Amino acid sequence: MFNFKSYAKAGSIQEAIQLLEQNPEAHLIAGGTDMLVKLHKGKAQFDHLIDIHDIAELNFITKNNDGDIVIGPLSCFAHVAESALIRKHIPVLSEAILTIGGPQVRNMATIGGNLCNGVPSADSATPLVALNAVVTIEGEDGPRQMPLESFFVGPSRVALKQHEILTAITVTHDNYADYYGHFHKYAMRGAMDISTIGCSAVCKIEDGTLQDLRLAFGVAAPVPIRCKETEAKVRGRKITSELLTDIAKAVTADVRPRTSWRAAKEFRLQIITTLARRVVEQAILNAGGTIQ
Amino acid sequence: MAIGKSVKRVDAVAKVTGRARYTDDFYMPGTLVAKYLRSTIAHGRVKKIDTRKAEQLPGVEAVFTYEDVPETKFATAGHPYSLDPAHKDVEDRRLLTQHVRYWGDEIAIVVADNKLVLQEALKHIKIEYETYEPLVSPQASLAKNARQIHAGSNNVIGESGYKVGGRIEEAITNADIALQNRYRTQMCQHCHIENHIAYAYMDDLEHIVVVSSTQIPHIARRIVGEALGLPWGRIRIVKPYIGGGFGAKQDVILEPMVAFLTLKLDGRPIKIDLSREECMIGTRTRHPFDVKMRAAVNKDGVLVALEMDAVANTGAYASHGHSVAGAAGAKTRLLYPRAAMHYHARTVYTNTPAAGAMRAYGAPQVIFAVECMIEEAARKIGMDPVAFRMKNVARQGDADPLSGERFESCGLIECLQQGKDLIRWDEKRAARPKKQTGPLRRGLGVACFSYASGTYPACLEIAGARIILNQDASLHIQVGATEIGQGLDTIVAQMAAETVGVPFADVHVVSTQDTDVAPFDTGAYASRQAYVASNAVFRAARELKAKILEHAGRVTGILGGELDILNGAIVDRKDLSRKVISLKEVALDAYYDKQRGGQLTADVSHKTCTNAPTFGCTFVEIEVDIPLCKVDIKEIYNVHDSGVILHPVMAKGQVHGGVAMGIAAGLYEEMKIDAETGKIYNNNFLDYKIPTAVDVPDIGCEFVETYEPSSGYGNKALGEPPIISPPPAIRNAIYDATGIAINELPMTPHTLFKYFKEAGLF
Repeated sequence: MFNFKSYAKAGSIQEAIQLLEQNPEAHLIAGGTDMLVKLHKGKAQFDHLIDIHDIAELNFITKNNDGDIVIGPLSCFAHVAESALIRKHIPVLSEAILTIGGPQVRNMATIGGNLCNGVPSADSATPLVALNAVVTIEGEDGPRQMPLESFFVGPSRVALKQHEILTAITVTHDNYADYYGHFHKYAMRGAMDISTIGCSAVCKIEDGTLQDLRLAFGVAAPVPIRCKETEAKVRGRKITSELLTDIAKAVTADVRPRTSWRAAKEFRLQIITTLARRVVEQAILNAGGTIQ
Repeated sequence: MAIGKSVKRVDAVAKVTGRARYTDDFYMPGTLVAKYLRSTIAHGRVKKIDTRKAEQLPGVEAVFTYEDVPETKFATAGHPYSLDPAHKDVEDRRLLTQHVRYWGDEIAIVVADNKLVLQEALKHIKIEYETYEPLVSPQASLAKNARQIHAGSNNVIGESGYKVGGRIEEAITNADIALQNRYRTQMCQHCHIENHIAYAYMDDLEHIVVVSSTQIPHIARRIVGEALGLPWGRIRIVKPYIGGGFGAKQDVILEPMVAFLTLKLDGRPIKIDLSREECMIGTRTRHPFDVKMRAAVNKDGVLVALEMDAVANTGAYASHGHSVAGAAGAKTRLLYPRAAMHYHARTVYTNTPAAGAMRAYGAPQVIFAVECMIEEAARKIGMDPVAFRMKNVARQGDADPLSGERFESCGLIECLQQGKDLIRWDEKRAARPKKQTGPLRRGLGVACFSYASGTYPACLEIAGARIILNQDASLHIQVGATEIGQGLDTIVAQMAAETVGVPFADVHVVSTQDTDVAPFDTGAYASRQAYVASNAVFRAARELKAKILEHAGRVTGILGGELDILNGAIVDRKDLSRKVISLKEVALDAYYDKQRGGQLTADVSHKTCTNAPTFGCTFVEIEVDIPLCKVDIKEIYNVHDSGVILHPVMAKGQVHGGVAMGIAAGLYEEMKIDAETGKIYNNNFLDYKIPTAVDVPDIGCEFVETYEPSSGYGNKALGEPPIISPPPAIRNAIYDATGIAINELPMTPHTLFKYFKEAGLF
């Protein structure tokens, strides 16, 4: 039994935006796998709900004429993970999603909900951040776009205004073609768990050198983050075991883990440095590289 | 013959089809619901409470606080009543409290039409606290001048011990090697699927009916009577199907409160259905233990002495009191019976959730310490850990060193041999490099345990059984022992079918215990039921069989002594293939013949005055990922001596579940409590990490079948034991892989990180 005060169901993007304008206290609910937990805890700020779960125009996965992969935010995790397009072009996202919850959760939870929830542990966020994904947002002023990385503004805070709704997640062709990746979720158990640390690496290699690396971490800072300093330092270097050691060392300057009752900062750093090395190594191997 | 066969569980279809009714499935019109107001501090006193606003909310029927409940203090432990005042359970609870003793303590209760109103009403109750320093650890509560959590207790609720096998100091001084160490275990949860739930109502002005998810209906009846100051006969407890207990329901938690509420509210039905979050703070946990150990060993591999000094943390209320620490010492005494052994334990109060009974009742905590120390001793003298154990563990012919009672059955050495072969111990150890250096390292571990088949001689062991021959030659059987998911009803049906001589399918077990009609038995705990009920069922079945044959004799004119019952037919004893008359004809005759008629029944209460020791071991192979601080179980085997295995598939089920719980206690689960404030962080299943199906590996399981003569069918305890030895076996395997001795549970990545860092492994 949930004690919410009002509930409305939107059939289209426009209707959702209108409903949001009409009720400034309202929250959107899609798959509900986060919202129901909040409601279960009886949090009063979720008293007014707008259900967007059945908005068909937000439930799709396509490749457009430019070769960009576009994901509708209401696509449930199970569909994204199993999508032939995703598995072919950005399998790292599929890998990451399959670590979320269990099958029942993945059947309900939506990728847009995971991103808009804005938590640093969102497992779909790190591969998308590593893939330079762009989000499209619509509101009363029309659509706008921004990099997913800047969409995350703080713990449980995203760059959505009250009357806005996420309408698309795009990975452009140049950001995935010839790139290979790997994801690792470090958690206390193998399913039904929240990440202690999540790590995604995406790389492009040529002639034994690392042409490009994009390394992202979850729970290593207040928001999912990229390791830009590390990436800049190692771009263009020969693929050797020293390179991996350097990456493991360098990431400590990019991350800002904290101590919580769930895990100590020192412990998180141990996992971050280990994952930096192992996940990048596996991404390189997936790209057909070898470690000298 | 039904014993030893994996017959279909009698409740399988009801449960699989969802037709089995649990407490929450019974609907009574007009049922009110109730919810506790729980404290948001761990230690203090309520200065002021204002419930007026809550009472005025539409839908709220009543609000009761500590001012409205009886002054009587009562004990909640699911133990038989003690006639000796010195051995009574500690009476330290009232229905509601003004003195807050843990984070979540029960101060008031709201009764309303529905759950939403309850939630709302709780928000409107205003409380002012006087706060005291939370005494979260035994160190804090035992410190000089620490505030008394219960007045007059000095924060110690019990202290006991034993000394067997001679003087320990002398043994330690004279032995080749002396060792000492300290081992700690964590607070765990039972995690039964069905949360605590109960409802109560009155059909007249005197009698209170309580329907509850309990392991101990007859004990609950007595305690409800005690708590409310009512004659026990005015209380009726009904136990329908229950969704697990693991000891958390061997305690009386909600029954006195729902009984109190219905009494106050004109006998209307009132239900309390705890949420998982409440269940994890407001019911019972496993006692954390802190065990200081000393051991003495000779270079020839003889274990000379073991000394254990344990502090058990019972939390805010006594519940099972000091019994857990006492029983833990008694049950583990049987493992190395030829060594000098001293055991001392104290049980202390702290401002944490109350600990009570949990699967294996303290033995996992003490065995963890013992089997860590045994590993240390074996390594110290350079002896193979399995060989060292085989040299020192209990053997057939040994006796309990305290009571002198001989073990009538003991197959522990055979268990160790089988486990060693299953995991290919020698082969793997020979093949492995002497020192492993990479990030991934393999290790092998072993640990063994001893346990008991009941509570005798600490408590009286009574089991009741009543069997009726129906008109159609089927049997109805009622026992006082309770089915709580472990398969007791099926076992009882097997026993009755075996002894009377009817097909298993013709025996119907009445699963519900209703204290108005069920035979007396104290309930499901101590792995006792199949053992103590076996003799009651055996005697009742034998008596009924004799009556049937006597009646068959009257019907057929053949002397009863010349007849037998086979597969539901009366046969010639000398030629079992010769059918004399069908059982149905005899049954109909017994019910309806005007001359000979008379119902054929047997009703037996059996008192068991033995307690068969049970044994077993765990073998495990693991791989440790050092940089990620993770343990991956490659192979795990439990081998048990539980006497005759009555039902192989259910027995394996017990072992699989127990080993999984053991793995959970070893590597995953722990209640996290703030050391300063006593706030509980993880009273939910996201943050309390029960391993999932992908975390628990395939579990191997074997039985060394001995025959236990003190039992009706040769069987011994199996319910609790499988949980005991996996944690120390895993710990010993980590030791084997890394050379690092982890001396605390759980061995989560956080714990391993601390030890690995200290050892300079990174």
